[in-house]
Amino acid sequence: MRRAFIEELVALAAENERIALMVGDLGYSVIEPFADRFPDRFVNAGVAEQNMMGVAAGMASEGYQVFVYSIANFPTFRCAEQIRNDVAYHQLPVTVVAVGAGLAYGNLGYSHHAVQDYGLMRLMPDLLLAAPGDPWQVRACMRYLVAHPQPAYLRIGKAGEPCVHRELPQVAPGRWLQVVARGGKRALLTTGATLALGQQWLAEPAFADYDLYSLPLWGMAHKACQAEQVAAFAQVITVEDHLADGGFASWMREALAEQPELLLRHRGRSLHGRVCGVVGSQSRLNEYGGLQADGREGIGE
Amino acid sequence: MKSRLLANTMRVLALQMVTRAKASHIGSALSIMDMVAVLYAEILSVDPGNPHWSDRDRFILSKGHACVAVYAALAAQGFFPLPELEYYGQDFSDLMNHISHKVPGVEFSTGSLGHGLPFAVGKALAAKRQGKRWRVCVVLSDGEMDEGSNWEALLFAAHHRLDNLLVLIDYNKLQSLTTVAQTLALEPLADKLRAFGGAVVEVDGHDHAALRAQCKTLPWQTGKPSVLLAHTVKGKGVSFMENQVIWHYRNPSEEQLTQALAELAAERESWGAACGALS
Repeated sequence: MRRAFIEELVALAAENERIALMVGDLGYSVIEPFADRFPDRFVNAGVAEQNMMGVAAGMASEGYQVFVYSIANFPTFRCAEQIRNDVAYHQLPVTVVAVGAGLAYGNLGYSHHAVQDYGLMRLMPDLLLAAPGDPWQVRACMRYLVAHPQPAYLRIGKAGEPCVHRELPQVAPGRWLQVVARGGKRALLTTGATLALGQQWLAEPAFADYDLYSLPLWGMAHKACQAEQVAAFAQVITVEDHLADGGFASWMREALAEQPELLLRHRGRSLHGRVCGVVGSQSRLNEYGGLQADGREGIGE
Repeated sequence: MKSRLLANTMRVLALQMVTRAKASHIGSALSIMDMVAVLYAEILSVDPGNPHWSDRDRFILSKGHACVAVYAALAAQGFFPLPELEYYGQDFSDLMNHISHKVPGVEFSTGSLGHGLPFAVGKALAAKRQGKRWRVCVVLSDGEMDEGSNWEALLFAAHHRLDNLLVLIDYNKLQSLTTVAQTLALEPLADKLRAFGGAVVEVDGHDHAALRAQCKTLPWQTGKPSVLLAHTVKGKGVSFMENQVIWHYRNPSEEQLTQALAELAAERESWGAACGALS
């Protein structure tokens, strides 16, 4: 996903001179293609995330569309108030980009585990969450954001994620993207990099009659259209590599709160809090946190 | 005299606003009145009839709690009608009790300290990279210098040689609960600011001639952000408010307002100036 991000950013910046990239002294072997080609639109803010986000907001207020790139919690929790007050409140076109979504940096420790970021970022009323499921969705989300400049959070994995799509999908906020159609009775709805996990689960007997959907663009402003999409299925299971509290499943429940019959059709697969403070590979920690097809050690069953 | 008349007007308007709204922070606002008046009367290139004029100088108030100083300056300069100041602090008003970008002429909302300078730095960097000639002025409080984000921003501004940036620090030596020295000592502040790469000048923040002289010779050093360390008095201009931490919080009674306005009227009379419309 990192490669798709930088390739797409370079391509978009070649067509749009407003696009700038700011990094928090991170991105070695990722960001160089942009920095080399567009030095006047590249800034390494150093290890100072509060200032970085404020500077990005200031630049955005003067015509730039700024992508602010860093790892996991550094561009979110470390500068949460700058995102809230400077970027989101002023409705400035800054995209906060966090690489290492979920437990992608599983062995690096709790500091690098982005498992509470949805909960934080979806608190901003007019901030769009972009959680692409594969490299193609990364490109689609970025094109959407450049075509619709606004405060946004782009949550990407790291490297090596498989391509689930074969071409650029059409994405729209709040709209589920059909990935696999198998009857239209039940749906597995993923967000972020759990798309690949969902694809694996389809091979399990328990999911034999499930369709696979992905929701890459969502947020507080896009709840209203969830009920109609849930209503088309007898059951919808959401999947996220994020803690249950404040995450994607919680967002969906909030969206369905006024329609109890739809609420009953929804189940959530999220990470159990036990993953906090534990290290391991991404796949092992996802299993440990309950993200496996049979739901063992999981929650929300 | 132009800026002194404006400062006097702003003090009157601000006192009326906070009394009417039963609002706090009048001491903090009185502290910066002279700086803000000099900037708006004689330094900033702005157009009250066109607040979004692209080549304007950008002014940012980082100590957003002192907003009545800027609201008063903007209204007095014609950015919006003076009577609109009556909505300050009222339900659903754009004239919020911390400075709001919804008010014509206000670039940026603040209220949480440590946000204005990084934002101003971003604007200054944008101007440099786009070859623009306008400048960015940002007013900070002294207590606000406790915030790490400001020191991050100073490092950044010096590194990027942002000499189109003027940072004014309102050094009144009082913060929320007690003195700066007893809260988190800042001294030697000027040396620290120089060490962080600023071109630093210390002035009496109520001396209009000195403020004007310094602000007309920007930048003070090519390639360095200019940092004006303005020694000020919290509550300046109203005798019973000066250097009293309580006026960070207390709103004036009608009697206190009357007394304060009388002192300001006496100041105007002492100049022999005709300012009948002010109060």
